[in-house]
Amino acid sequence: MSQSPKDPGDVRGAIEAGRRHHDMGGRDAGPVDRSQHAHDPWENKTDAILRLLADPARGPVMRIDELRRGIEEMGPGIYDELSYYERWIASIATILMEKGVLTADEIGRKIEDVRARHADAPPRREGFGGGTR
Amino acid sequence: MSPHDGPHDHGAHDHPHPNQPDLEDAPLAYYPAMADAVAELLIEKGVFTADDLRSTIDYMASRTPALGARLAARAWADPAFRARLLADSKAAAAELDIDTGPAPVLVMENTDAVHNVVVCTLCSCYPVFLLGKSPDWYKSRNYRSRVIRSPRAVLAEFGTVIDPAREVRVHDSTADMRYMILPRQPEGTEGWPEDKLAALITRDALIGVCEVTAG
Amino acid sequence: MSAAAHATSAPFAPGDRVRVRTAFPPGHVRTPHYCRGHEGVVERLCGHFPNPEELAYGRVPTAPCALYRVRFPQRALWPDYAGPAADSVEIELFDHWLEAVE
Repeated sequence: MSQSPKDPGDVRGAIEAGRRHHDMGGRDAGPVDRSQHAHDPWENKTDAILRLLADPARGPVMRIDELRRGIEEMGPGIYDELSYYERWIASIATILMEKGVLTADEIGRKIEDVRARHADAPPRREGFGGGTR
Repeated sequence: MSPHDGPHDHGAHDHPHPNQPDLEDAPLAYYPAMADAVAELLIEKGVFTADDLRSTIDYMASRTPALGARLAARAWADPAFRARLLADSKAAAAELDIDTGPAPVLVMENTDAVHNVVVCTLCSCYPVFLLGKSPDWYKSRNYRSRVIRSPRAVLAEFGTVIDPAREVRVHDSTADMRYMILPRQPEGTEGWPEDKLAALITRDALIGVCEVTAG
Repeated sequence: MSAAAHATSAPFAPGDRVRVRTAFPPGHVRTPHYCRGHEGVVERLCGHFPNPEELAYGRVPTAPCALYRVRFPQRALWPDYAGPAADSVEIELFDHWLEAVE
């Protein structure tokens, strides 16, 4: 049986051992960092988008297995650079393009729209200055 | 959860985050913008409605470790319920009007002989309907890599030392099951009311990285 | 074999010794690398589920696969495991990844 290299950065060694980057059980790694970030609204939204798309009542439009496959196909560099819900929304977009639900062009244009609206009217800080919604 | 007044609500937040600096004039980061873009397009195309999105966000925000703690506290207080929870968690949880979600949840009981702990080495599968969103450490490379091979060292980082006479059993959540741990009831809490018991039970104890103490 | 026959077919029973196939397919696979080639004992049958290796590519298989939980001694997976001999790992594994140990 192929031995997988100890160095998590040895991508060629992992390929030759038949081990993919996300498959990390038993690898060397550092102490567990228990600090926690509070979830941003866009992260909660991403979570909800996936749950709606994976609901059998809608087909489902896409499955959790497809989400995972899209994440695994990002490759080692991107996988580790992105946060958990960044990986999710990136994979959701890829799978929806594969399935013909959305096109790259419409996603690109909509991202421009969203950013332009944000620049015109940045969201106000809740609980600050008394002007919250 | 703060009220959401529309699918385009970015909300606001009062904590630092590397992906979205807490500056009102900062440009919207790429992936947060993509999340809004994808949501808006799917609503425009009728895949789901803005109400669907809002209600799903709110429902998932209602899923917290307090639900898992209620189940564990009932199991401590009622041996017949414990047996039903271990045999069929969906049906047992329904007795308390608790939804275990679409994936089957297996409840693993800690005993004087066995301590159980959960990981998903391939992604980050987690019993989100009973415990809410998973903690960042659960999704980290360090936890996913190490707890499978060095469970006692990782548990010690959480302040948990398991007697060598007890088996440590690591559950790798690789496919269609999800796992919740039923912790051992601390000595001296027999006969306590369930809400008082539930208040002792932490998220980390329900994942298996900690035990429950009465202190 | 018909889909209905697959839905009830479960070649292994709790207590059976099994070996995880030493295979390295491309694509989306739910069998962790660290357990391949190792022997364990079937703890239970979880039920029958569509093969995620197909679902991941948008195909819905007609025949669900038997899914088991298999228990491995830590020392079988990691010869240098320093903890007690009783320490173990349990993994969900699909039928097509398992072979009987004679």
